[in-house]
Amino acid sequence: MDLNVTVNDERRALPAGTTVSDLLALLDLRVDLVAVERNGEIVPKARHAETPLREGDRLEVVTFVGGG
Amino acid sequence: MSSSDNDDVLVLGPHTLRSRLIVGTGKYPDFETMARAHEASGADCVTVAVRRVDFSAGETLLDHIDRERITLLPNTAGCYDKETALRTARLAREMLDTSLLKLEVIADERTLLPDPIATLEATEVLVAEGFTVLAYTSDDPVVARRLEAAGAASVMPLGSAIGSGLGVLNPHNIRLIKEELSVPVIVDAGVGTASDVAIAFELGVDGVLLNTAIALADDPVRMARAMRLGAAAGRDAFLAGRIPKRPFASPSSPREGKIGV
Repeated sequence: MDLNVTVNDERRALPAGTTVSDLLALLDLRVDLVAVERNGEIVPKARHAETPLREGDRLEVVTFVGGG
Repeated sequence: MSSSDNDDVLVLGPHTLRSRLIVGTGKYPDFETMARAHEASGADCVTVAVRRVDFSAGETLLDHIDRERITLLPNTAGCYDKETALRTARLAREMLDTSLLKLEVIADERTLLPDPIATLEATEVLVAEGFTVLAYTSDDPVVARRLEAAGAASVMPLGSAIGSGLGVLNPHNIRLIKEELSVPVIVDAGVGTASDVAIAFELGVDGVLLNTAIALADDPVRMARAMRLGAAAGRDAFLAGRIPKRPFASPSSPREGKIGV
């Protein structure tokens, strides 16, 4: 565990080399139901697997909820 | 039912909806009731909001929406500034791969009234990025015109404040907006009951969007059906062409041929 990031304002320690895809798998999230922002920039689904997280990254993981 | 009923569709940019009623997915007592209410409403488009993932949640909203039949309309609800609305819109598109967006930039938490200036600015940006922008706005005809000029695919004036159930408070403005715009006009927010939907459609608008009036009714499924019938009645009445109002009586039975005098 040598990679510290925040996901939706919660701190998380992850193994070095964790990618966005790995993170979603770790959180048990289906990729088709979420979108990911890394340091304010959207990471397109097609690039999840090739985007490694870096120390201090701020991630937002969002989904759809009920609304009007 | 006239033969034209099946052709009476609502076209929003590249999307064609069979129902002119768009309903929400918020505030329902549970997902099952929501799904049954959606069915009863006849709507084939529902709004959804973008929020941070709740890692503790079990079932998710999208497990209870038949995506084969129902188009998702992401909103930017809860955004109080242009930048947050733009960010939310882009996240929604990334998630869904749809250009459809209900743009909502709210001025303050107490009134939940739309900020027309921020909405206009955000519309310009999102239209340039290829979004099909359905712009939630006040019932001001001038702002509505500006939104259309900025490229909004639909302008959505409020009937009254979000969740208020006060109905269409300024029917004259709604009618003016409808008369002046070429893009579809959808009354969004303020519906309390079925007659509010009927009144909106009688004014000639192209669609009505509502959430709370169904979700928080004592019997949401029955209210959803009432809304569907209200929409059908109001739309038919508009298409049929109502009689003009007049300040004096006009007998329904002939004046001639009466017995007696």
